[in-house]
Amino acid sequence: MPESNRGFSAYVKRDLLLAYRRRGEVASPIIFFVMVATLIPLGITPEADSLKELAPGIIWVMALLATLLSAEGLFVSDYKDGSLEQLLISPNLLVMPIFGKVTAHWITTGLPLTLASPLIGLMLSLPSVAYLPMMAGLALGTGCLSFLAAIGAALTVSLQKGSLLLTLIVMPLYMPIIIFGSAVMQYSIDGMAWSGPLAILGAMLTAAIALCPLAIAAVLRLITIN
Amino acid sequence: MVNSSLLTVNDLRFERDDIPVINDACLTLNDGEILQIEGPNGSGKTTLLRILTTALQPSGGEILYQGQILSECRFDYLSNILFLGHQSALKLTLTAEENLSWTTSVLLGSVSVVNALERVGLRGYSDIPCHSLSAGQQRRVALARLLLSNAKIWFLDEPFAALDGQGVQFVEQCMVRHVTGGGAVMLTTHQPIGMESVRRYSLINSSVGEALDA
Amino acid sequence: MNWTWFYRMGSPLWFYQSTSRWLPLLSLVTLALLVAGLAWGLGFAPEDAKQGNSFRIIYLHVPASFLALAGYFLMATAGAIGLIWKMKLSYIVMKCAAPIGAALTFLALFTGAVWGKPTWGSYWVWDARITSMLILLFLYFGVLALQYAFHSKEAGNKASAVLALVGTVNIPIIYKSVDWWFTLHQPSTIKLTSAPSMHSDMFQPLLVMILAFYFFYALALILAVRVEILKRESKTTWVRELVEQAGRQKMGAKR
Repeated sequence: MPESNRGFSAYVKRDLLLAYRRRGEVASPIIFFVMVATLIPLGITPEADSLKELAPGIIWVMALLATLLSAEGLFVSDYKDGSLEQLLISPNLLVMPIFGKVTAHWITTGLPLTLASPLIGLMLSLPSVAYLPMMAGLALGTGCLSFLAAIGAALTVSLQKGSLLLTLIVMPLYMPIIIFGSAVMQYSIDGMAWSGPLAILGAMLTAAIALCPLAIAAVLRLITIN
Repeated sequence: MVNSSLLTVNDLRFERDDIPVINDACLTLNDGEILQIEGPNGSGKTTLLRILTTALQPSGGEILYQGQILSECRFDYLSNILFLGHQSALKLTLTAEENLSWTTSVLLGSVSVVNALERVGLRGYSDIPCHSLSAGQQRRVALARLLLSNAKIWFLDEPFAALDGQGVQFVEQCMVRHVTGGGAVMLTTHQPIGMESVRRYSLINSSVGEALDA
Repeated sequence: MNWTWFYRMGSPLWFYQSTSRWLPLLSLVTLALLVAGLAWGLGFAPEDAKQGNSFRIIYLHVPASFLALAGYFLMATAGAIGLIWKMKLSYIVMKCAAPIGAALTFLALFTGAVWGKPTWGSYWVWDARITSMLILLFLYFGVLALQYAFHSKEAGNKASAVLALVGTVNIPIIYKSVDWWFTLHQPSTIKLTSAPSMHSDMFQPLLVMILAFYFFYALALILAVRVEILKRESKTTWVRELVEQAGRQKMGAKR
């Protein structure tokens, strides 16, 4: 049975392969994440008690910025070399490659962020009870962040200086995710059941998976080729 | 049974920012035919090809594939077309073989890909990342798609651009072989084609005025 | 069903001509409502027990917030109509609604700040409504920025329309999230005056002002769309005739 070149896993594999060939570039958002998180104590205070208060928020803001940084080029290289046009005229559903791309993006951004977060938690004196909630929240939340950033990436793909515009467009959409993401950690620190906000993050991710690829496909079809 | 052409275009119109680019274009493409789209620069040749491959939406008119409106047979139509444009659609960090095995929806055995590369004169280059190839070599990798595709209709946008004599010959041979086997080719080019029995369709942009008359 | 009336509405000429007929009346009604509402609210409504006279700013703040939100939905709807029916007039409406909505959002934030100082001692307070308004302002900025970022007007229109729709889907989520966030962190010093428990003497002028703002929004939007139509259709005969006519009137008035 010949292996299909057009399934979800094929697209994910291909994008991961492409990312692997540019692995220096791809690693930078994670390094950014870790570096800037270490700057915060330098800028505010090294006192554990104050850092503890701020840690959930800082971690989420950093995750958000790192995702935005790495999302800019999501569709750009395909647009420039003509692969995007080939995707548009393919008989298969456009949502499949989009889905594959965003998943690959998450694997190269959100997943490493989630795995690197205990390190940040350590540096920001996050109470140990919050580590698991933090990782669970980040795992789900960064998925949402990737999907929403992809909408922005699709809208700005044909623009020259798209990066700041991407941030401007996507930032308001990120607010609910930060709110619930840091609430997961906050609840665990305050001793409350953190499964509530986590479930809401899960719901947001489900909605993002269902709706974002449609929006992205519409944007790519309507706007990119001119 | 009415003999329906492979592709029929009726009164196609396209506007960009309220400026008409294509006005009431009508043409047909039949099996075994090569159709050359002529026109000065900027007359909308690439745009026409893009509309026919559905990358762009027309502002009016209809396109029929084997007698059916495109919207009703999208999957069939798109499964049977090949588009080769100005851009090579090659991922430069991937090797020639990785790029070519991607172009068909079923993973090709490396034998057929290596054969194809051999026939475009790139024997032994299958494992080299495309960014290490010269521009001419990258172009040849892109052209190798012609050997691997089983699409019925080929849309070629300036296929002879930046090719040497050998390259031009190769493309011409591919086209002849394709149409002899029942396929069809629609291409845009400035250069005169040294082939017989090529039909021509002229696109003179009405808002630009008459063609340049030297 | 006969849809010609719908497509006729998409004609810029038809829009321009019909609004020319209604504009004087609309302006009069808007002015009357604004004057009446402001006079009543600022002058005649009774003083608030706790806040004294400073509460009167709500006669600007609340209508502005209403219209800021309603304006976003109108902008998104216009964008959707433009995308689905490819109606250029719809895109023009969307394009003009964006700065008006953004200005109203800013007005809401500004009046909220003015209200905040005497009431809670600070110009900025992170309460749910104000925070939601701020996010709405950012959403407007996004649509505005996207509109002008593209070389091709068509691409800019379509991109803004899609973004406005994405924003529309997100607005209920954002509002609910911010509400939830605020109840989670509610600082004890902030007590919001809740509109429902307002005395009817204070409530009625508020209704008048809300109505006045709706009319004002419609007026501002229609004026802006008319200007945009004239700009875009400047090469057509009817616009040229209009310009010549205006020129002749001016010459006639000079003499």
